[in-house]
Amino acid sequence: MSVDATPPLLELRAVERTYVMGDNIVRALRGVDLIINKGESVALMGTSGSGKSTLMNILGCLDQPTKGTYLINGRPANGLSRSELADVRGKMIGFVFQSFNLLSRTSALENVEMPLMYQGVSTRERRKRAMAALQRVGLTGREDHHPSQLSGGQQQRVAIARALITNAPVIMADEPTGNLDSKTSHDVMGILQGLVAEGKTVVLVTHEADIAAYAARVVTLRDGQIIDDHTQVPVPTEAA
Amino acid sequence: MNILTTLWLALRALWRNKVRSMLTMLGIIIGIGAVIAMVAAGQGAQESVKQVFAGLGTNVLMVSNGSAPNFGPSGGAGSKLSLTWDDLAALSTEVSSIKYVAPALQTRTQLASEDNNWNSQVIGTTGTWFKIRNWKAAQGVVLDEDTGSSAAKVVVIGKTVATQLFGQASPIGQNVRINGQPFEVVGVLESKGQGPMGDYDDTLIIPVKTYQQKLEKGLAKYIKGQFLITMADGATAEKTMAAVTSLLRDRHKLGISDEDDFRIRNPAEFAKAQQDSTDRISTLLALVAAASLFVGGIGVMNIMLVSVIERTREIGIRMAVGAKPGNIMTQFLVESLVLSALGGLLGLGLGALFAKWMASYFGWPLFFPVKTAAIAVGVAGGVGVVFGLYPAIRASQLDPITALRYES
Ligand SMILES: Nc1ncnc2c1ncn2[C@@H]1O[C@H](COP(=O)(O)OP(=O)(O)OP(=O)(O)O)[C@@H](O)[C@H]1O
Ligand SMILES: [Mg+2]
Repeated sequence: MSVDATPPLLELRAVERTYVMGDNIVRALRGVDLIINKGESVALMGTSGSGKSTLMNILGCLDQPTKGTYLINGRPANGLSRSELADVRGKMIGFVFQSFNLLSRTSALENVEMPLMYQGVSTRERRKRAMAALQRVGLTGREDHHPSQLSGGQQQRVAIARALITNAPVIMADEPTGNLDSKTSHDVMGILQGLVAEGKTVVLVTHEADIAAYAARVVTLRDGQIIDDHTQVPVPTEAA
Repeated sequence: MNILTTLWLALRALWRNKVRSMLTMLGIIIGIGAVIAMVAAGQGAQESVKQVFAGLGTNVLMVSNGSAPNFGPSGGAGSKLSLTWDDLAALSTEVSSIKYVAPALQTRTQLASEDNNWNSQVIGTTGTWFKIRNWKAAQGVVLDEDTGSSAAKVVVIGKTVATQLFGQASPIGQNVRINGQPFEVVGVLESKGQGPMGDYDDTLIIPVKTYQQKLEKGLAKYIKGQFLITMADGATAEKTMAAVTSLLRDRHKLGISDEDDFRIRNPAEFAKAQQDSTDRISTLLALVAAASLFVGGIGVMNIMLVSVIERTREIGIRMAVGAKPGNIMTQFLVESLVLSALGGLLGLGLGALFAKWMASYFGWPLFFPVKTAAIAVGVAGGVGVVFGLYPAIRASQLDPITALRYES
């Protein structure tokens, strides 16, 4: 047991995740130990099916380990009810997905302010913070645009603004650049790197080495196990 | 989450599928419409029955000449005259279940005061008639046993007649010319208002003897009118009618195979028949209401299930950003509640229109049952909640990861 005064932000101990599909048992994670501290930027890499998304879903409290322990700020997150998990997600974690996952036929502004509705924030306050978040990702003037009226890069920025609005300390991004061209990908990574500079913790899943290069730490998975975990000097952001 | 925000989300979601929402509401609209129409009809009919009793008095039987099965205000239209003054006396003394009995002869005739003319219904009767009809004077007096049995040229007039002939002036002590003959007004009756057969207050009453002398050819053996009877407390209509029948058949010396030469009618039965027919309409409408509310509820459930599937990804997104299962459930529940309650409101309008049509068709007073309306909208909302519950629970039970991966 650790005797440190402050426990790590996120800590996995011997985490396993098993999917049972009829007779078929898929062991997506087989004993993962991982500590992520506040302010880190971590890229999860590995071949397809190695368990990156599964790991990220558990870290993001969208899923729960079949076995093992998950601690957030030293407090166990496994065994929480669905409602409690939702609460943790709302307060601690902002998600950015490969497929953006914005609400269609809903304006950028409303997409961004949506998480605050579940925290009982007043309409006026929501509006104000959503405007600020959109400005932060360089989308001022696009508040009323619907996702279908925005480019992929712009949609992903709306998604990042949505992840920012709750002031969650952790951003989880599962292949955030997977649907973007190279130029837009680097823009998006610049924004994420800016968040790390502000003290946020960013965990991202990627297949691409030049995207992983933005992170200060790279964790590589294979067959549900961590096979490599090293730190590096992140590439500097070009004109973010 | 804030209630207004939730409502706003629900309205927006419904507005996005306007036509679908409208079609879904149809069952609820018809159901609630039927409820409103039903209650309005029931109350209207009940009120009209009440008016009949208010006008005729309670526990009343009517005996008229002849056997023609007619039921109108102009009693005594029977083809063959058979009722006599002696019959009247015999009824009052020999039938124990009769509390009051009075003759009523009536005709429409021309009236005149100093300044005005009017045409109204004159009734010739005795003082007992006022007890039977339970009708008191608002001004002056009604006929009593003495004046009612005399040949005095006095008259008690209804409110409508008073207004038509004398305007705002007090009619007491003034003269009314009935068929050209001057009568002194001794009383004005309390207003009874509108009845199913017209204005109760458009009438005037004079002593029966005076009636026969001045409006008929003079005193006669037969009574060209009807008897009004109030049954004694606790007496049944059946027994009283049997007693009256046997007494009159006896007095009229009718043989075993002869038909009655008089006719006894029970207004309560008429009222009951009317009540029965509106009860039947009400039952029918209640069935329609229940069936369409049920079908409407199933429709709501069906559409909400479709909606949950269509919006699986939206649910996943909302859950990912912190929506609790309870939030998702509330969102869908409020949506089906709003859908049904809106249907209820539209149904209210439809029901009100239908009630209005029925009231004018059947000649009932128009009722808009406010309390029922409130309950009906509540019921509609309740249908929304009950039938929306299952879809809402399904939505809230979705796994966020599966929901996020869902391809529509
Ligand atoms: N819901 C599920 N049911 C059954 N098996 C699953 C489920 N989700 C993931 N798996 C399996 O778990 C393993 C890890 O999947 P995961 O999605 O974590 O891989 P990944 O590393 O994210 O791959 P990719 O790079 O293709 O996204 C795979 O073998 C996958 O088939
Ligand atoms: Mg993946």
